[in-house]
Amino acid sequence: MTTTDTGPANRHDPVYDEIFDSSEFMDLRRRYQRFVFPASALFFGWYLLYVLASNYAHDFMSHKLVGNINVALVFGLLQFVTTFLIAYLYARYSNTHIDPVARELEKKYDDRLTGGA
Amino acid sequence: MDSENLTRVLFVGVVLLTVGITFWASRQNSGTANFYAGGRSFSGFQNGMAISGDYMSAASFLGISGAIALSGYDGFLYSIGFLVAWLVALLLVAELLRNSGKYTMADQLAFRMRQRPVRTAASTSTVVVSIFYLLAQMVGAGALVSLLLGVSGDAAKNLTIVAVGLLMIFYVVVGGMKGTTWVQIVKAVLLMSGTILITVLVLAKFNFNISDLLGSAAANTGKGEAFLQPGLKYGATTTSKIDFISLALALVLGTAGLPHILIRFYTVPTAKTARTSVMWAIGLIGAFYLMTLALGFGAAALLDTGPESAVATSGGNLASPLLAEAVGGGAGSTGGAILLALISAVAFATILAVVAGLTLTSASSVAHDLYATVVKKGEVTEQDEVKVARISAFVIGGVAIALSIPAQKVNIAFLVALAFAVAASANLPSLLYNLFWRGFNTRGAVWAIYGGLISAVGLVFFSPTVSGSPTAMFADHDWQWFPLSNPGIISIPLGFLLGYLGSVTSKEPNAEEKFVELEVRALTGAGSEKALVH
Repeated sequence: MTTTDTGPANRHDPVYDEIFDSSEFMDLRRRYQRFVFPASALFFGWYLLYVLASNYAHDFMSHKLVGNINVALVFGLLQFVTTFLIAYLYARYSNTHIDPVARELEKKYDDRLTGGA
Repeated sequence: MDSENLTRVLFVGVVLLTVGITFWASRQNSGTANFYAGGRSFSGFQNGMAISGDYMSAASFLGISGAIALSGYDGFLYSIGFLVAWLVALLLVAELLRNSGKYTMADQLAFRMRQRPVRTAASTSTVVVSIFYLLAQMVGAGALVSLLLGVSGDAAKNLTIVAVGLLMIFYVVVGGMKGTTWVQIVKAVLLMSGTILITVLVLAKFNFNISDLLGSAAANTGKGEAFLQPGLKYGATTTSKIDFISLALALVLGTAGLPHILIRFYTVPTAKTARTSVMWAIGLIGAFYLMTLALGFGAAALLDTGPESAVATSGGNLASPLLAEAVGGGAGSTGGAILLALISAVAFATILAVVAGLTLTSASSVAHDLYATVVKKGEVTEQDEVKVARISAFVIGGVAIALSIPAQKVNIAFLVALAFAVAASANLPSLLYNLFWRGFNTRGAVWAIYGGLISAVGLVFFSPTVSGSPTAMFADHDWQWFPLSNPGIISIPLGFLLGYLGSVTSKEPNAEEKFVELEVRALTGAGSEKALVH
């Protein structure tokens, strides 16, 4: 697999087409995208909501909850909580639902390269 | 020993420690995989520490606590944006990049494209983003050192900038990625320890009652309730509110497009370790930004932050060091002197680690993308390429020194925010399209990168931060017509739009066909770069 680093991208090894068209790969892609796309939409929307509330919901954000702790501070801290939570859930999801399938396919690729062709 | 002498001793200690690490790391530094990617042999935890050390810059440590000390709650946005941004990197970029790239951001972007135009564009934006970021750190170093060591005058600041510049060139030339990474790991340990210490001491002053801390901050600044509510800095007008949204977008979308962060994902052996390293980074960075909240409000509560105070005249940059002095027993006390010196040394280590990462990133891109691929068309030996990378580190370091000296009047936070805006506008659209959209191609990549880059920098040039306002860089001139200080709200969508338009107006069957290989590699790791075995 040599690549000259100029000109148009080279034609790739056909083993990639094989893996790409396999049902395992489609399954892997679906598993990955099923988590990351909704999770990205969720955290981005939640973050924008925070930014817009800081701008346009001044009274709501200034409402005091306990002592000098107001909604704005809690809302901001909740952004930390959701970030940690989404990261944790993604790592757990990947370990159980993505990594095993990815390892299988990588092994298939390695076997194909060493086993002849 | 007074505080200034102690500070000097600790600064020398930081320098000796990092220089020692660099020599130690330089034993294995031949070949491109070692020089650019540290042999890809760091563990997830080590890389997570190094990412934290690379990311938590002077702007984070000195800037955020200063922003909170001066403008209260509005300064908190930086902490939140800088942290939430890591989810973009974790979910959409880190693992896929590890599997499909090699040494630089351009390796990934040019994977299925025509090499020369895409690499030239990606390398240009890598160098521009890194230089803006470098300037911020070096200007910060100059200001910090001259204030803390009690030496005034431009000569001392210039000397500091030159010294920092020479050190960063040394780390990169001698230590390569391995040395740079260990400098960043040590810095992360120092920074976290120092920050934990000051945070605990601040909270202890208020018997660990957060509400009391906030109440004292509101009372001491004389701004009352408004200090704890959003809007003190950005809430005045419709324009300032839009500026706030624009800043928020650049912060959350910029991180995953910062080249010096992206290349850290190449230093680990697998995609799974790339994920682990981001998990560690999120934990460490999140904990750190929570503590900046205590530092910022603590500084507001315990220090004088009036218009003539040292905190205010340094733009907030001295809030953390002066807070350390205050919680150690105040000016003149032994405890105060020790803590002030300690925190100043931590800030210095912070700056050194970040500038090393930035210099390495630019030098790698110049050598690997521009020299080896665009100029030499791939006909180059590894030794030759690494030699050029080392020479590039000298040149980039020299340029950074030369630009930093006249840039000392420029606000640090402004330079960092600009780097984030350029990264979000020029780099992120291409990275995401390349990974997720089959129809993306060379013209799309080139349009997105140059379009995002030129619009972000151009809009800032015509903004009130550069001219036409009393606080502008060129306050005596007025060519300002763009009302916002932050360009992201225009330039980020423009980057995405141009990437789309460029792709749909050109046909490139090769790029679409090779998307198959890119996606298989990215998701499975098949054919990805392996770690070196020593």
